Amino acid sequence: MSSHPELAEKFTRDVARTTWHDETLWFVRQKRDRIAYTIPEFQQLRDLASQVKNHMLSRIDEYLIQFEENAKKNGVHVHWAADAEEHNRIVLSILQKHGAKRMVKSKSMLTEECHLNPFLQANGIQVVDTDLGERIVQLRNEPPSHIVLPAIHLKKEDVGETFHQHLGTPKGEKDPQALTEAARQHLREQFIAADVALTGVNFAIAETGGFVVCTNEGNADLGVNMAPVHIACMGIEKLLPKLKHLGIFTRLLARSATGQPVTTYTSHFTRPAEGREMHIVIVDNGRTQQLGRPDFRNSLKCIRCGACMNTCPIYRRSGGHSYDATVPGPIGAILSPNIDLKKYSSLPFASTLCGSCSDVCPVKIDIHNQLYKWRQVISEEGAMSKSKKWSMKAMTTLLASPTLFALGGKFGRMMLKILPHSLTHAKSINPWAKTRELPAPPAKSFREWYAENNNEEQVNGKTESVTGPSIKQIAKHE
Amino acid sequence: MKVGLFVPCYVDQFYPQVAIASLQLLRKLGVQVEFPTKQTCCGQPMANSGCEQEALPVYHHFVDTFENYDYIVCPSGSCVYHVQKHYNVIEQTSSVQHVRAKTVELVDFISTVLGVDTLPGKFPYKVGLHQSCHGQRGLRLATASEFTPKQESATRQLLLSKEGLELTELDRKDECCGFGGTFCVVEEAVSGRMGQDRIADHQKNGTQVLTGGDMSCLMHLEGIVRRQQLAMRVMHVAEILNGNEP
Repeated sequence: MSSHPELAEKFTRDVARTTWHDETLWFVRQKRDRIAYTIPEFQQLRDLASQVKNHMLSRIDEYLIQFEENAKKNGVHVHWAADAEEHNRIVLSILQKHGAKRMVKSKSMLTEECHLNPFLQANGIQVVDTDLGERIVQLRNEPPSHIVLPAIHLKKEDVGETFHQHLGTPKGEKDPQALTEAARQHLREQFIAADVALTGVNFAIAETGGFVVCTNEGNADLGVNMAPVHIACMGIEKLLPKLKHLGIFTRLLARSATGQPVTTYTSHFTRPAEGREMHIVIVDNGRTQQLGRPDFRNSLKCIRCGACMNTCPIYRRSGGHSYDATVPGPIGAILSPNIDLKKYSSLPFASTLCGSCSDVCPVKIDIHNQLYKWRQVISEEGAMSKSKKWSMKAMTTLLASPTLFALGGKFGRMMLKILPHSLTHAKSINPWAKTRELPAPPAKSFREWYAENNNEEQVNGKTESVTGPSIKQIAKHE
Repeated sequence: MKVGLFVPCYVDQFYPQVAIASLQLLRKLGVQVEFPTKQTCCGQPMANSGCEQEALPVYHHFVDTFENYDYIVCPSGSCVYHVQKHYNVIEQTSSVQHVRAKTVELVDFISTVLGVDTLPGKFPYKVGLHQSCHGQRGLRLATASEFTPKQESATRQLLLSKEGLELTELDRKDECCGFGGTFCVVEEAVSGRMGQDRIADHQKNGTQVLTGGDMSCLMHLEGIVRRQQLAMRVMHVAEILNGNEP
């Protein structure tokens, strides 16, 4: 099991790919900015969305029951799953009831979270992901690296190679149009042959018992309209109280995700067409546990737009797979420790706490504050290395005493001065020195200077030359 | 008004010129300011590493040191943010509440408490301003690009009041530099890369002097500038505002 720093280091070794990955996602962030700037009430929308979700979470039990009642009235079969295993069993039982062998799926991070595909495949069901990016990573036997842009870590050359192997496109083909056409023809066959279509749920409306699925490719609609059975899987947090709240979220979702005014397909599903069946599987899988953690319950407001990933300077430079979690990036780093604190203990540290994730979040989740809080939990619950804990304790001892601090500082500066550069900057023992020089140690600390100079005349006079070389000296040096 | 100068631990040891400039600048502006010598650190390095509980003795020491000052002024948004935001985990005595409310970032103090928005002097260089994240998004000392394309902050305004000073227009106005406290060591690969990218943006757009309100970010960026042997000078904003030469 590798930690985030190890996987991130591996990713950054390919300098050109890191540049490309960073720039690609930054481009999406800029698109988001441009469209957000044009909506004068964008910040009020974020407030509203946050409040609606807060309210829903405070009465989630009531709204879930209301949703179930209304969905049943509409003729929809409603199932409840406490965890991933139960979710998978329910889906399989529906498929078996219909003697189904082939299922098409539109992108659903919940089914990724539950590892539905391998489970169904092991039970003799052919599962085809129909979102283009999702299909690409499925053919490569990889998990998605981003929740909205699952194959964003791949270049068109990589896709060409994958399609050459699996779909028989010419070797070396990298024309996006040709590759997309190949995928379209291939997927069309899958849609026609499917016995069951499975979709995720972006928003479920308690008031009506209906739900909304947003895609840009129309793949959810194609699947659902062709197959006789529709299974929709949703986490409990997808609820909205009333239909009138939906508009707030559809305005925010696409703008935050990709910089579009709205997703190309925002499809409403309420009841099955005549002669067909519709099922909804409502899944907990750790969500009520997170709901019970006051510091982290806010994370359940997430509408999975991925904006925090696009803005995160760490995600952009480490890639989605470095998080080794279903949901990567800043939001994943606060959702994952809820599931397995030990396994994901490096994720809350994969952040500078810069706060851009919180500022870009359409539902105002205080992501960076939660990262900070997870760090405290990881330390308290013993999921932190002993050496790190020990060094932090030693640091406190040093920093709680002015005498020790002054002495320690003096010693440190002296060592920096007398030890050879090759030792102080040895990359094997000093991670700082891999890309950076250490500060040049000054002759005196400020406190030493202050003890000698704290009289009006000198303090108000010209600055002593305690700085490094001047810009003119540097220029001369060139 | 009695002001205590809070000098971040690493500034005290490695960048005394920043503390000197802060002290001189405040005194030039007529502020009665002193440096309480028993001060050490705000405890942020431990707390951000998850060891908030271990850092509590440092928090108490900080409050003891500064409780009798009207304002505690610090040339670092990051440390100020930590005191204001994260000292909520100790008992909220009147001293703690006072210290949390009155610990203010240097430029913010000059602009909002003293009401100063221009400073005399020349600085005929192209200056690249690095808005530190804790100052910008933590203390809201500058507008953030997530909200608006406009770039506004008291730091920009004060810098632009210097004769001849031109601010660099960056491709990415306010992205994090990658320092992040212990992040710079724990996630060395990503941190280094982030810093290199920030410096490349400044290089590309002509920065001669790189400045900012947080010496920690600047320490990391200066480390990259010196490793790459670039003709770019790194100065804390207090130095420029105080009239120091590059």
